[in-house]
Amino acid sequence: MAKLTPIAGAIVFGCLLLPNAGQAATNDVTTLRAELEALKSDYTSRVQALEARIKQLESEVATAQLSQRGAAAAAPAPPPAFPQASPVAAPGKSSNATAFNPAISMILTGNYASLSQDPATYRVAGFIPPPSGEGPGARSFNLDESELTVASNVDPYFFGNVTAAIQGDNSIDIEEAYFKTLALSNGFTIKGGRFFSGTGYLNEIHSHNWDFVDQPLVYQVFLGGQLAQDGAQIRWLAPTDYFIELGAEAGSGRSFPGTQRNSNSLASDALFTHLGGDVGDSTSWRLGVSWLDARSTDRAYEDLDQSGTPVTNAFTGTSRTWIADGTLKWAPHGDPTYHQFKLQGEYMHRAESGQLAFDVTGRNLVGEYNSSQSGWYLQAVYEFMQRWRAGLRYDSMRSGTPSIGLVQLGLLPLAAFPSLTSASPERTTIMVDWSLSEFSRLRAQYAWDDARATERDRQLLLQYIFAMGAHGAHKF
Amino acid sequence: MARHNHSLLALVTVSLCAGALPAQAALKVLATTPDWAALVTELGGDKVNVYTATNAFQDVHRVDAKPSLVARARTADLVVATGADLEIGWMPVLLQDSGNTRIQPGSPGYFEAAPLVHLLEVPSAVDRSMGDIHPLGNPHVTLDPRNIATIAKALAARLVLIDSANAAYYAARGEDFQTRWQQAAERWEARAAPLKGVGVVVIHRDQAYLCNWLGMKELASIEPKPGVPPSAGYLAELVTKLAATPPKMILRNAYNDPRAAEWLAERIHAPVVLLPYSVGGTPEAKDLFGLFDDTINRLLAALK
Repeated sequence: MAKLTPIAGAIVFGCLLLPNAGQAATNDVTTLRAELEALKSDYTSRVQALEARIKQLESEVATAQLSQRGAAAAAPAPPPAFPQASPVAAPGKSSNATAFNPAISMILTGNYASLSQDPATYRVAGFIPPPSGEGPGARSFNLDESELTVASNVDPYFFGNVTAAIQGDNSIDIEEAYFKTLALSNGFTIKGGRFFSGTGYLNEIHSHNWDFVDQPLVYQVFLGGQLAQDGAQIRWLAPTDYFIELGAEAGSGRSFPGTQRNSNSLASDALFTHLGGDVGDSTSWRLGVSWLDARSTDRAYEDLDQSGTPVTNAFTGTSRTWIADGTLKWAPHGDPTYHQFKLQGEYMHRAESGQLAFDVTGRNLVGEYNSSQSGWYLQAVYEFMQRWRAGLRYDSMRSGTPSIGLVQLGLLPLAAFPSLTSASPERTTIMVDWSLSEFSRLRAQYAWDDARATERDRQLLLQYIFAMGAHGAHKF
Repeated sequence: MARHNHSLLALVTVSLCAGALPAQAALKVLATTPDWAALVTELGGDKVNVYTATNAFQDVHRVDAKPSLVARARTADLVVATGADLEIGWMPVLLQDSGNTRIQPGSPGYFEAAPLVHLLEVPSAVDRSMGDIHPLGNPHVTLDPRNIATIAKALAARLVLIDSANAAYYAARGEDFQTRWQQAAERWEARAAPLKGVGVVVIHRDQAYLCNWLGMKELASIEPKPGVPPSAGYLAELVTKLAATPPKMILRNAYNDPRAAEWLAERIHAPVVLLPYSVGGTPEAKDLFGLFDDTINRLLAALK
């Protein structure tokens, strides 16, 4: 540029000179040439002088800035005024097609599992098994889900969020894909699409924020891991100093304990209420009660009959679950940087009533079915030093003895339903994790799992969780 | 009958007016830090009812979106936040779950302080390998009184905008605050003159504005990268590095873990100075004036 400037300047100068040149044309050409040469050299020296002046000014400005910083202590300089309108403070930024790109995050998870029992035979005894979400997963190294989230405000009225879990088996699950209102006032929020139900405490929490590798047994058995509704949710927050929230959901029932039904009606309705507050600076708490009513049609599960032959049975009816949850967090002055204690527990009771079909592809016998079952877990996690946490969890389930019409009528022996034999599965889990930063976590977990009626499964799980990209704020 | 209708109409009109003029009750303000709460109190006096989301012993980067905070966001007429991503780990949850349109970003009821002032340390490139870096610049803007003056001016204007019934009250208090603040700032700067050029070690990069204001030199930070606690190896390196340019003091905030600072202090023979950092961080830092008085007192005491 510095090289080009004198040449360009000379051309401009030459053009300005043209009227004179026209007059000079009558004179000797050599004189003109000489004059031009003189002008050129004169101009070049002027440009050089100007360049030198610019350099001098630049260095003066830099020195002034430096001394202003230093002099600030001595002279009470007036507060620097900056325009309020540009929060990013980047005046003159050119327009950019990517400026409205949504926030994107990717969570990488994987584990190594060492299991004393064959995971293919895993079953929480005494309960109709969910179609998925039960058990510790496969042995050895496993790629868990890679969770991709894309979220953004849609416009002034709606927020949108999609979370897709790319599974280790190369399939993709849409975990959540919902819109949420931003512009309703008076404490109302409406969510629609597919979303984790607001019932319970852990249900809304994504797996990378769990305190243990896996879900409590009661979540695995009663909700198939996590209940995702295809439907709508309305929440109302009371205008009080205590946190009081009421919510209602209506869904298609696609997710366990419901099933997809060929029906226009809603098949998964939920009501919940949450209360919360603080005790001093250090302690905060939340309590909740939820109720879920789900209907299912031909909810199939695999079992063995009395002779050990594999059969497919199916439940059709209603599943009513109520949940009580409580969470308490303590940190010195409320600062979880160095120490935090978290105590959390949930109790669920589920009553199912309807028809149970035995061996739907063969004998296809149908009879009444009624069950009243419960389960709970209690877990405590303590950050004992910065970045290090240890946790303990206890799970307990009570299957009771369901009333099976086909057995009561004497059509089949109870042994034809080995999954439904009364049982009280238990599990004790310990965990330690190490978070090098907010975005990475390595975890080791060991469980004594008595979910099977027969033998104890000793499970060692080593897990990694890495979060890349935009990282949204977490709920309590 | 007609009379009855009239009185009903009057009642409806009165209740509608009451709904439209919340000025009767104190303005509900949710401030993210004790400093903003103190500033709102200076400017709003008894016309505002301030709730502080955090205390001086909390690292504002790491706060839970507690149910109590969501409840306060629900009823707030005004949120006063730092911005520049300082509260990014919890504020979005509060705003989204509040069901309160008054405080959504872009509304008059959402006030951010950091965008109003010149931010230091704006990175030219960001990557998570650099630690807990703030893409918009260092958000810890409070410890420079010139920033407070700028922010106070905008905040007073915002109070006027939201609660116009008390406009004159806020305007008068705003002016009074500016006068008092200007006098105090002159006093602080005169007293703090000996601190100019003094070399210090910080823990996190949250003293940048204080150092910039007083002309103190940040020689090193105990965190190797923002938000990353130091390893033993890094601390040992720091001891060697600081031997050439020994700092006069190590600055520690009320909410910092003292251990690394004390370990370093023993080896480099420089005192650890506990600074309030926020209103409430020390018993003396009762309000914004106390915060600066106490900060300078403690710095000067360490210099002796």
